Amino acid sequence: MQYYLSIILSGISLGGQYALIAIGYTMVYGILRLINFAHGDVFMVAGLMMVYLSAWLPLPISLPLMLLLTAALGFLIERAAYKPLRSAPRMSSMISAIGVSYLLQNLATYVTGGLPQMYPKIPFLSDIVVIAGVSTKWVTIITPFLVLALVIALTQLINHSKVGMAMRAVAKDFETSQLMGIKINSVISATFIIGSFLAGLGSMLYFTNYQSIVPLSGALPGLRAFVAAVFGGIGSIPGAVVGAFIIGISETVIKGSDWSVFSDAFTFALLIIILVVKPTGLFGEKTTDKV
Amino acid sequence: MLRIDELRVNYGGIEAVKGITFQVPEREIVTLIGANGAGKSTTLRSIAGLVKPASGRIHLQGDDITGLSPDRIVSKGVTLVPEGRRVFPDLTVLENLKIGAYLRKDDLEDDLKWVYDLFPRLKERSWQAAGTLSGGEQQMLAVGRALMSRPKIMMMDEPSLGLAPIVVRGIFDIIREINRQGVTILLIEQNANMALNIADTAYVLETGRITLSGTGKELLNNAAVKKAYLG
Repeated sequence: MQYYLSIILSGISLGGQYALIAIGYTMVYGILRLINFAHGDVFMVAGLMMVYLSAWLPLPISLPLMLLLTAALGFLIERAAYKPLRSAPRMSSMISAIGVSYLLQNLATYVTGGLPQMYPKIPFLSDIVVIAGVSTKWVTIITPFLVLALVIALTQLINHSKVGMAMRAVAKDFETSQLMGIKINSVISATFIIGSFLAGLGSMLYFTNYQSIVPLSGALPGLRAFVAAVFGGIGSIPGAVVGAFIIGISETVIKGSDWSVFSDAFTFALLIIILVVKPTGLFGEKTTDKV
Repeated sequence: MLRIDELRVNYGGIEAVKGITFQVPEREIVTLIGANGAGKSTTLRSIAGLVKPASGRIHLQGDDITGLSPDRIVSKGVTLVPEGRRVFPDLTVLENLKIGAYLRKDDLEDDLKWVYDLFPRLKERSWQAAGTLSGGEQQMLAVGRALMSRPKIMMMDEPSLGLAPIVVRGIFDIIREINRQGVTILLIEQNANMALNIADTAYVLETGRITLSGTGKELLNNAAVKKAYLG
């Protein structure tokens, strides 16, 4: 009993961490129709930044600084690698995204010398808590609530604020949005900033559960979060979150069973199945366009 | 109010507009008519800042607005109702109207009332997603949305496109009413008959050049125009 409870708890928590990455994929896709392959690596760089910043600065400074720098990194990547390709065929930005992904991984290898870096202990989050006889880290308990609160805040922002309205407009129609006086580049930047900020937060929660971080640490979580976004219906924020929880829980459950080696195979089989059966995903974009 | 000098625009690899000069006097309705591909849309799109002209100048009330970004141009009081209406289908009618006033920071109540008075149908459907409206209602919404920016000059790209004749008549009545309330109108149409009927000044555009101009009535009675555009 306690064993199952602990598996479910960590599954939910892992799902929440994937959700924070998946939101970035889905928001960028919603607005640019671009799969930002570098997103998982932004998540990894956020982790490394925390390693280095926390060695220099006290936590109350290093943590916000890490989030700020991660958001800035997302902004810079968009300006440098995607904005110049705005009017180029979509495939060009995809290739550019893959390039940025490798660039970040290689930079990380250069900086760390390829050696695993110890992720700092974050007080409270790394502390142990005992729930119904199951001992776990606080991060496991906090993650789902934090994710829920952030998702609610984000959907409020998108549905009820001016910048959110602009985001929804730009996602549908660049040109008409411009005719309304919307600066589409600012809206796109805002999207990348939000997505990267959440990935930074996700990285803090995720790596607290792991001892170390290497340049490839972002690749698999990034891919799983991407699958979650596709599963939920890419472009949809609730879809990405639901997809992420499903993937996170399935992964943990399978890892805790006799078929643990198949956990990733399951995730990607899920991707193939959803693409074949319902390519728009669980909450895929409804097309109400009338011509 | 709006002065276009020797405007040249390249679009899609060809020179779509080949040096046109015309003026839109304040409070008038001016129309550009011409066949498909004559460069009408390209002209409006370059005034709105969506495409950069290759050469030539665009002046609004004496200010040079050539090559400014679309948001700067909107903030100076120039708005474009795009071809095919292009309302935001997932946004509600009210949100579509609000987004038309995106750059404004003042109170929108009076303007909403103005638009709802012009188009009572929009008020009834205020909470409906714009994608569920009929073509005519979407055109009303596109016009209402443009008015929400409080334009000095409203440009309209083929407002009659794809609409039933009775709906078109309604739209043109509204255009006249909006003009009477002080908004200058620059209209392009393939439906030359309707356009020339309400226009104070009209220009005929053929393959990127202005070939004829006059008052709406003059062109309506011009033999060449009758033959080519009024069938």
